[in-house]
Amino acid sequence: MSEPRRGRSALSMLTRARVLEFVREPEAIFWVFAFPVLMALVLGFAFRDRPPDPLPVGVVAGPSAGSLSAALAKSSGVRPVPFATREEGLAALRIGKIALLVEEAPDLVYRFDPTRPDARLARLEADDAIQRSRGRRDPAAPKEALVHEKGSRYIDFLVPGILGLNLMGTGIWGIGFSIVNARLKKTLKLMVATPMRKSDYLFAQILSRFVFLVLEVAVILVFGVFVFGVPVRGSVALVLFVAFLGALSFAGLGLLVVARAQTLEAASGLMNLVMVPMWLVSGVFFSAERFPKATQPLIHALPLTALNDALRAVMLEGKGVPAIGRELAVLVLWGAISFAAALKIFRWQ
Amino acid sequence: MSASPASSAPAAAIFCRGLRKHYGSVRAVDGLDLEIRPGECFGLLGPNGAGKTTTIEILEGLTPPDSGEVRILGRAWGTHERELRARLGISLQETRFSEKLTVFETLELFRSLYPSGRDPELLLADLALEEKRDARVGKLSGGQRQRLAVACALAGDPEILFLDEPTTGLDPQSRLQLWEKMETFRATGRTVLLTTHYMEEAERLCDRVAIVDHGRIIAEGSPAELVAGLQAPHIVEFASEPPLSETEVHAIAGVRDVRRRDGSWFAGVASLVDAVPALLSTLDREGARLVTLSTHQATLEDVFISLTGRELRDE
Repeated sequence: MSEPRRGRSALSMLTRARVLEFVREPEAIFWVFAFPVLMALVLGFAFRDRPPDPLPVGVVAGPSAGSLSAALAKSSGVRPVPFATREEGLAALRIGKIALLVEEAPDLVYRFDPTRPDARLARLEADDAIQRSRGRRDPAAPKEALVHEKGSRYIDFLVPGILGLNLMGTGIWGIGFSIVNARLKKTLKLMVATPMRKSDYLFAQILSRFVFLVLEVAVILVFGVFVFGVPVRGSVALVLFVAFLGALSFAGLGLLVVARAQTLEAASGLMNLVMVPMWLVSGVFFSAERFPKATQPLIHALPLTALNDALRAVMLEGKGVPAIGRELAVLVLWGAISFAAALKIFRWQ
Repeated sequence: MSASPASSAPAAAIFCRGLRKHYGSVRAVDGLDLEIRPGECFGLLGPNGAGKTTTIEILEGLTPPDSGEVRILGRAWGTHERELRARLGISLQETRFSEKLTVFETLELFRSLYPSGRDPELLLADLALEEKRDARVGKLSGGQRQRLAVACALAGDPEILFLDEPTTGLDPQSRLQLWEKMETFRATGRTVLLTTHYMEEAERLCDRVAIVDHGRIIAEGSPAELVAGLQAPHIVEFASEPPLSETEVHAIAGVRDVRRRDGSWFAGVASLVDAVPALLSTLDREGARLVTLSTHQATLEDVFISLTGRELRDE
């Protein structure tokens, strides 16, 4: 009779203790709430919407240098940078200060590195400007219709990725450090000396994560939507549900990673070992599709890839549950398997 | 009760036989037997590294022994762990609670882990922590933390209380305060097992003590019995100028054993009224001047020294 009531109360008290520990740790608040916003802010401004910068094109001094510079200055794609000698120009080209070096002595020569995309672009733009200034007439005169579709910009790609990244970071770091600390201080050992259910302790760690989940997701989403106009085309509830499964998955993984770690150093190393590969391959900053085809099944089996893909599908494409079923299954499997494994191998003292 | 295999001691609160545990080549516990009766306050006394903590943690079911039998309240850890956990209170050596929680939150948490137990408000009062009720654990003094550890061990209203070095590192006043709390708990008829390397603690609190050295029990009994068992129940401590030689001290009538510390001789004697005049006449004969002289009743410390030839506390 009293048994189940005690179980629930122990679980709620353990969860409460963990939540209190967290809110009384100012650093933790910063890393969970302020850091992702700062990161999105910095990256958002680095890749903000604006006309592309004109590419710098060097012009070597000579009889026609003035007319070349004037022609280049008329183009919106390039801007001229004068050089007194060819050597100075080449030096600037080598270190990437200019994308292309133009010289007419007496033949017109374009010097550039064809492996650099901006150099090839500068060559086309500069050549266009110079040919037109010397009387070329274009047979067709197309009109340009510029498209600035919300949802296809880099910041739109980035915000769901940062949300996923943050859910991974807070799950693994947050749980990992609190567990290793409790193990080092022998609080874990003292707790297993009581009638506490071991699963209650571990489950409380996961539950305490959910307490902050809504807030954590809200901070990043509200920021993305209001500052950068990132669209949320699917249902907000579904975004939250995906985030919830992501948090579950990473909480389980966090428990597993530190299930046996005896020192903070060992735990940090293990957490990085798990997280850094996902930072790189799971499509946070650039699409996971860029990696070789053979690695794709593996990459898509990772929880962060599944989380990012699902978040993007709901936010940017307005997809519903059926379209992200595979991703949700990946998240649930990671969470459940790692929690069960952690409980099995967990070191309490 | 039922026909349990522990027929050897159904009445013992804590019972173990042939306990062994080694770490690498170190034999931490080396064939240890104990039988502690319900309601008894029992002390494991010994120097650091004697195996006290390993022993108590085996009895607490936290460390599995390499071999040997353990029965707590007639139950084995392997079969009755959940039941036993609910009936025991445990305070470990050097536990640090979460510093971000308050004293009361910590007590509530530990109370919630037990199926039944004492009201956290009452525990606060029992351990004189009411004033610190809402203070963060990180701000407590050593004595207050230790009292909190004992309060948490009492949260489930245990039948047996295990305390591993409960007063190590505390100032004398905090130690005294904790001793009073432990005496109050004992008065309720519950069993206590504590480890300590403080003689005064064992002498004051324990009904019986076992002196542990190198993982074995080398003497067991009430503090009074152990001291009375000494051939030399009184100690004469003296220094002279010039000092006497060891042979000269041994030659004094009634001296049973001799040791030297900090320039003074400590002579264990059977009778003060015989030994002190004999000492004075020896000094007189040798032309030595007495610098200090004091006597005391032998303590558990002297028992330990006479059994092992070593001091209990490493100095």
